[in-house]
Amino acid sequence: MRAALIASTLVLTAGIGVLWHATDEGRALTTETARRINVAETLPHVPDAILETMTGVHLQLHPQPGQVTAVEFIYTTCPTICQSAGADFARLRDAVAATAPGLRLISLSFDPDTDDPEHLATYGDWHEADGVIWTVARPSRAALPRLLESFRVTVIPDGWGGYVHNTAIHIVNSEGRLAAIVDTDDIDGALAAARRLLK
Amino acid sequence: MSRATKILTGAGLLALALLARGWFEATPARHMLLQYPLLIAAGALIVGALARFDAGAWNRGGVASLLTAMFAMAFWMLPRMVDASVAALPVDIAKAASLAALVGGGLRLGWPHAHPLLQAVLKAKAVSMLGILAFLYTHAPERLCNAYLLDDQQRLGEMFLLAALVLAALWIVPLFGLSPHASRTRTET
Repeated sequence: MRAALIASTLVLTAGIGVLWHATDEGRALTTETARRINVAETLPHVPDAILETMTGVHLQLHPQPGQVTAVEFIYTTCPTICQSAGADFARLRDAVAATAPGLRLISLSFDPDTDDPEHLATYGDWHEADGVIWTVARPSRAALPRLLESFRVTVIPDGWGGYVHNTAIHIVNSEGRLAAIVDTDDIDGALAAARRLLK
Repeated sequence: MSRATKILTGAGLLALALLARGWFEATPARHMLLQYPLLIAAGALIVGALARFDAGAWNRGGVASLLTAMFAMAFWMLPRMVDASVAALPVDIAKAASLAALVGGGLRLGWPHAHPLLQAVLKAKAVSMLGILAFLYTHAPERLCNAYLLDDQQRLGEMFLLAALVLAALWIVPLFGLSPHASRTRTET
């Protein structure tokens, strides 16, 4: 009786401990929540990839000194969520001048084979990306895997020729570190994170 | 089944679950409702063939090993652990080993020793947990796993509901017209 009670108590304690640890102290049941918590705590480096923009010029992913970049992964042939995410990004752009002048926006394609500058420009025109505050760009095919891995973005086929991915706004600070991840429609959250970094 | 046959069958199921992981893990329903039970069954077979059943004072009433099984199951039901096991082979091997040893083995070592009342509570809990998960997965507006599509997540929810109904039927039907003793021996085999 006593042995069984001790054994069960040990299992109970160990079990709760393991679950507590495995969920970041009970905060994260999903990979996406865990990613956001981990990014906010560790500020991981992202590669300073060379991107090709919708006007065909090259652009470094890392922001210029004194600036902050909001990165959103997209593919331009996306019929649904990227379009609404694009509309949200437009709302963020509208707030830049008044509230966070050092913020730059990049819609970054994870489908560089399809998304040539022409496709990127069509997407940019659609959402009225001006190419200065907000541009649409693609990485080289070679740089893509490491880029997705460093942002911890998982892209899977949707079964209809498109893709599904963990969509979010990623805030990169001037040292090239990923500092915050917020929902695509959390414009206030993105602005608050950007302002905090721009100070 | 002889001991050797049980061990070989268990090892075969383990190998199948891991070698065909691409197929099993392509959808969450196959992953959680085919591969998980397969791994658990494999572990139960192997541990059943290896273990002595006078397991001793520490596992009296089977409580310690049933608790072990429940925590290990809860751990691998976390959406982030499901994602991690799809994304990385070493995690998947750890999952296979712990579902087999801790869940399969834990159930096999604990269940026969558990008081019929405890068994009944656990059965009711299993059915209601599956029902809750069915509701959660059919209604969640967002994906819980990065590895899976929303449609497939909803299908998993429907399959959880089906599993809950099947288990409820399996466990309740014998209660009609059978003596308590008969129904107990039936669930133990």
